[in-house]
Amino acid sequence: MSALTDDTLPVTPQAMRDEMIVFAGMAVLLGLVPLTGIYPFFVMQALCFALLACAFNLLIGYGGLLSFGHAMFLGTAGYCSAHALKVWGVTPEIGILVGVAGAAALSVVTGFISIRRQGIYFSMITLALSQLLYFIYLQAPFTHGEDGIQGIPQGYLFGIFNLSKPTVLYYVVLAGFLGGFLLIYRTINSPFGEVLKSIRENEQRAISLGYKTDQYKLLAFILSGTIAGFAGSLKVFVAQNASLTDVHWTMSGEIVLMTLVGGLGTVFGPVVGAFVIIAMQQYLAGFGQWVTVIQGVIFVACVLTFRRGIIGEIAHYFRRSL
Amino acid sequence: MKHRISALFLGTALALAAGSAVAQDKTVKIGVLTDNSGLYSDLGGAGSTVAAQMAVEDSGLAAKGWKIDIVSADHQNKPDIGTTVARQWIDVDKVDIFVDVLNSGVALAVNNLVKEKNAIMINTGAATSDLTNTQCSPNTIHWVYDTYMLANSTGQALVKAGGDTWYFLTADYAFGHALERDTSAVVVKSGGKVIGTVRHPLNSSDFSSFLLQAQASKAKIIGMANAGGDTTNTIKQAAEFGIVSGGQKLAGLLLFINDVHSLGLKVAQGLNFTETFYWDLNDGTRAFSKRFSERMKNKAMPSMVQAGVYSGLIHYFKTIDAMGGNPHDGVKVVAKMKETPTDDPLFGKGTIRADGRKLHPAYLFEVKKPSESKGPWDYYKLIGTTPGEQAFRPLSESACPLVKK
Amino acid sequence: MQALYAQLLVGLINGSFYALLSLGLAVIFGMLNIINFAHGALYMMGAFCAYFLLHLTGIGYWWALIIAPIVVGIFGMILERTMLQWLAGLDHLYGLLLTFGIALIVQGVFQNYFGSSGLPYAIPDYPEVGGFRGLQGGMNLGFMFLPIYRGWVVVFSLVVCLATWFLIEKTRLGANLRAATENPTLVRAFGINVPRMITLTYGLGVGLAALAGVLSAPINQVRPLMGADLIIVVFAVVVIGGMGSIMGSIITGFALGVIEGLTKYFYPEASNTVVFVLMVLVLLVKPTGLTGRAA
Repeated sequence: MSALTDDTLPVTPQAMRDEMIVFAGMAVLLGLVPLTGIYPFFVMQALCFALLACAFNLLIGYGGLLSFGHAMFLGTAGYCSAHALKVWGVTPEIGILVGVAGAAALSVVTGFISIRRQGIYFSMITLALSQLLYFIYLQAPFTHGEDGIQGIPQGYLFGIFNLSKPTVLYYVVLAGFLGGFLLIYRTINSPFGEVLKSIRENEQRAISLGYKTDQYKLLAFILSGTIAGFAGSLKVFVAQNASLTDVHWTMSGEIVLMTLVGGLGTVFGPVVGAFVIIAMQQYLAGFGQWVTVIQGVIFVACVLTFRRGIIGEIAHYFRRSL
Repeated sequence: MKHRISALFLGTALALAAGSAVAQDKTVKIGVLTDNSGLYSDLGGAGSTVAAQMAVEDSGLAAKGWKIDIVSADHQNKPDIGTTVARQWIDVDKVDIFVDVLNSGVALAVNNLVKEKNAIMINTGAATSDLTNTQCSPNTIHWVYDTYMLANSTGQALVKAGGDTWYFLTADYAFGHALERDTSAVVVKSGGKVIGTVRHPLNSSDFSSFLLQAQASKAKIIGMANAGGDTTNTIKQAAEFGIVSGGQKLAGLLLFINDVHSLGLKVAQGLNFTETFYWDLNDGTRAFSKRFSERMKNKAMPSMVQAGVYSGLIHYFKTIDAMGGNPHDGVKVVAKMKETPTDDPLFGKGTIRADGRKLHPAYLFEVKKPSESKGPWDYYKLIGTTPGEQAFRPLSESACPLVKK
Repeated sequence: MQALYAQLLVGLINGSFYALLSLGLAVIFGMLNIINFAHGALYMMGAFCAYFLLHLTGIGYWWALIIAPIVVGIFGMILERTMLQWLAGLDHLYGLLLTFGIALIVQGVFQNYFGSSGLPYAIPDYPEVGGFRGLQGGMNLGFMFLPIYRGWVVVFSLVVCLATWFLIEKTRLGANLRAATENPTLVRAFGINVPRMITLTYGLGVGLAALAGVLSAPINQVRPLMGADLIIVVFAVVVIGGMGSIMGSIITGFALGVIEGLTKYFYPEASNTVVFVLMVLVLLVKPTGLTGRAA
């Protein structure tokens, strides 16, 4: 059984320097977006999904755990934030905090249940749990069922930043994304990340070395779920609504697709993948009918011929870790 | 030098002329936002775009110097995608008016956006009556139907016809609860009795348990407060359990001609439900529907949602033509549309109320037996008509802030 | 009390579908080590196949029971030959991703051509035996009105499940299959064509899904998405039962159908979540599933 990801390349100071250069480039480019006339709402949405995909990638790429239910964190945080903002009327920062806390609590519970099985079982369990949650949200009164929570006030972040101004909102979302991204990057390059990778490569061996692998996996799961929740909370401010689609299994599938397209287990892959898939959805909205088919074809093509993903292929070509 | 100055003058004059033409701007952009691929694609989808094109052609505005463009997109039933597309349409593509916008979740989300950006929405697809109640907006007109009307018309008419005991099969989420609540109220008000209800999960594939409970209740009418695949599966399995042949009647609270078409008459016969448009109502509807179905890939007859797109746009075109140009001001145009009585071959004469509710008659239909049907799409018998003023939620009960009390 | 019997019986019917589907998943998993996400889509194809046979060629239900699983089974074998086989030796998760993609494609294509509200398929009205017209109508059992067709589904799927169990556990072919699962290299050394066996197994699993599809066509509307949500429930069934044993997946399938049926009676609000809740409970108590070996 070969590993899911292709990072036989050692993490060297050189590699880390490369990655920091790319990161700086990415930050500058994204920072310039509002000046270019590119439609900011598209980029904001893509950024939220990029962070979500990065969080997902933390689990699969570095922990070897394929979660097929990551939409539940996105949706839960979204609902919590939306409810807090709209019904309780809290400030944006509290709203985000409520959402992230909700996702974190959920990830503790679901993580505890799902890490009891590995491999494919883990995927099926996360999928089933997210479906369970979907039905709960569908029936719970506070989510307003199919109508969703609508018209969420954006307000002033920390009392200064007017989030109803697109440019301000853009930079807030960008800051959130970069912060989340750095947190993930820091995690995978920490001793904790190293242990995680060793569990992915050979769990038995990691156990024999004295690591309590279940605890590591649970921690990774919670971290991933929490950051995914943060992405969900940010998205509430962009979309100004929270709806069932964010908890549905098709959304979980899209998250997997984004990461797969960009490159499983690569640092920047999920970001690129998210932009590609979101752009595709936007572009295809006019064509309608074939969206699911095209997504399916991309899935199949990626698995059969393009397993490293976009960034993975580039990194492989240059023999660099990205 | 002289030359140049005169050229400059000419340029200024042209610019001034263009400036005054702003008031007389005769360009319109229509956005058909619908479900092209999902659960409701038969109801709106490509057919809504066809209906919009027909409205543009029939309006005759092109001959009067108007330039009308149509864009369409698939919101995939996701409020997110719906609002992103809508926002981009308004900001970048300068879309003036949204039509169709089925799916209540998407509709409510777009409703907020349209209000914020002062555009227009003629909603012909969403069921939620909140669009003209708590969430009403000076930029939105709700054209074809809503849950309150469906419950009201079907409930009233069936009780009047002797169906005075009801049992509800309700989809267990906000929409189902609303339908059940509204219908129960009408049934009780009309002198009927609700003897029980069972809540089933959304998207169930098996309804036998619930049908057994409904059957055991011995109620005369089984009201299906659900939609889409849930309703069609309920009907199909009710036939299997011999519910209709056992003397109980099924009442659909949200059912469309496309559902009947996909069920087939053999299973659907005897069903009662309300629609506000049927292709075979009169000469006007027949002529339109014939032209419509010739342009459809699958030769389908128009649903009431698609017919609503046509009817709504015809009224919109009349209004802006009378205004002499497109002011690109949603509130202004909608106010004018509310002042003008509506009249088109599909929905007949009608009015638009202050809360944005379009009024027209509601028809209670019964699905024909296979032996009564003369050909494809010949499905309905008209068994009752409720005038628009009585069918929809009265303004006295409205929670809409636009309504002055 | 009478109503309770009725609900038990109705639950058994749903159980038949769970059993057939989870059995197919278990058979495929045993041999290919792949969780077939496309199972729901193939189930749907079975139903559509029955519809086409009837409406295009006039071939009725009884023949469809045989033809549809074969046609869809061949389609499955083509999938295995052209795509799945290239995943041998890779992480199992790629199989999950690939079949997920296949499911999206199949469901999307059907949705494009047939819309989403679905197509009608009637309960067969032939042959006429005594007072019965095929499987139409029903019997009054005293405590409930049982549509004959429902009774037929339970009996027939039980027979199919047991036949599959017999094939795999008690015949020589089955013995070869099981041996090839344990040690493909060794079995190959005995001159047995292992790749062909894998293809046939996949075909068998897919055929079972298609058969379930044909069985459900007269009960449910034939819709492109009819298998999409069902497959997630079946996944939960599989997690509960464990995929270690054929008999285990059959019994869990039927048992969960009955439990779900009881929930519909006592607390209908939870009837779509009960399987998932049970899954959580089982995982907490016995992580390997009721019958499964450790994964």
